[in-house]
Amino acid sequence: MSDTQETANSQTLYEKLGGEAAVNAAVDIFYRKVLSDHRINRFFDNSDMEKQAAKQKAFLTMAFGGPNNYSGTDMRTAHAHLVKMGLNSSHFDAVMEHLGATLIELNVPQELIAQAAAIAESTRNDILGK
Amino acid sequence: MQRITMGDAIFLCQPDETVLQTLLRENIPVPFGCQQGACQACLMRSLDNPPPESAQLGLKDTLQKQNYFLACICHPEQDMNIALPNQQGAMMVADVVKKQLLTPDIIQLVLKYQPPFNFFAGQFVNLQRPDGLMRSYSIANIQLAQNSLEFHIRRLPNGQFSSWVHDELVLGDQLSVTPAQGACHYLPGRAEQALMLVGTGSGLAPLYGIITDALAQGHSGPIHLYHGSRDLNGLYLIDEMRELTDKFDNFHYTPCLSGLDIAPDHVKGRANDLALASVASLKGWRIFLCGHPEMVNQTKRMAFIKGASIGDIYVDAFHVEQSFLTLPKG
Repeated sequence: MSDTQETANSQTLYEKLGGEAAVNAAVDIFYRKVLSDHRINRFFDNSDMEKQAAKQKAFLTMAFGGPNNYSGTDMRTAHAHLVKMGLNSSHFDAVMEHLGATLIELNVPQELIAQAAAIAESTRNDILGK
Repeated sequence: MQRITMGDAIFLCQPDETVLQTLLRENIPVPFGCQQGACQACLMRSLDNPPPESAQLGLKDTLQKQNYFLACICHPEQDMNIALPNQQGAMMVADVVKKQLLTPDIIQLVLKYQPPFNFFAGQFVNLQRPDGLMRSYSIANIQLAQNSLEFHIRRLPNGQFSSWVHDELVLGDQLSVTPAQGACHYLPGRAEQALMLVGTGSGLAPLYGIITDALAQGHSGPIHLYHGSRDLNGLYLIDEMRELTDKFDNFHYTPCLSGLDIAPDHVKGRANDLALASVASLKGWRIFLCGHPEMVNQTKRMAFIKGASIGDIYVDAFHVEQSFLTLPKG
């Protein structure tokens, strides 16, 4: 999947963002924003925080254009119980907001934020079971 | 080709195969999920040698130290002897050498064992009585030449095991003990880091062990203990804690009462609330939370939101067995 993001100097988005180190820097900031947000934190109430953080890391790796085994079917299955709880587009928007804010906090250039956001956005229908 | 030993079975790991792939190819029913090192469902433990570092990515440092790894990202570099996290090793027998009431409800139980037996203070073991009934208790002491294990056992309403320990167990009796488990313990290496420890009731047991361990290993950063209970009867080792504060400048102790009791030198409020309110940010802190599950889970979340890294938060939630007929775990 990463070859679509290759540029003239053949650096992928993931490489430009700083690879795994960047994901590690982002995951705590991102997850802290998500858990602090009253619009969406109820969807995380019963989760094991270590495992949740590991999943956030997988999500960020994917959004950063890094190596991943993203499967739409898995995402649908994994989020089906949340959709039953009322998970909808407004909640997805809130997560997107936190992704953007996290990257701004890490001084990522706007152009790269837009690319990461576009990848994350592509998961919307799978996660919302549409 | 590396050999993978699991219990009595030996499997050959094909080149390029992960441990998980080998086990699944051999139709061994092991838990797994994402197969990319994210979900941690396939957590396993290497019993003899440390696993490849790359197979420990994202695991808590205490789990790494205990040779846990993720089977789905583990390409063995040598033969491995592995076990699932809930597969317990052989039990040992230990003798009851001390029983002393710490509060009307909490008893200090000390067992003496025959080495070798390795543990970190703050880990837990399962204690089993002769008829098979078994319960988990945290270790409150560090490993010393005395070869002893100290536990603080609270009498639970209708608690079959705890009542038996309080009322019937006598000096000289024997209990079976499983190998120590759990990731809530001290690791040396960041001696200047500020530590915050919050415990309710007998949650002091692992924290006492962790504090003793940290001080014995020369931890130089501030160590803040908040021990909470509803009433005075739930607080114990108060004199010992105060002595520690006299002996170590960096150790700070706050006994907290959340009920109606008022006592001099005690602070009114819940231990977790007082601890969280005591600092503006927990960024860079190492946190230990032991005791009531709801307190532990809420405080873990709050500590993280307040700036602590997830990797720096160590917890041990004391879940009370719901059934009298609970079978031994694992």
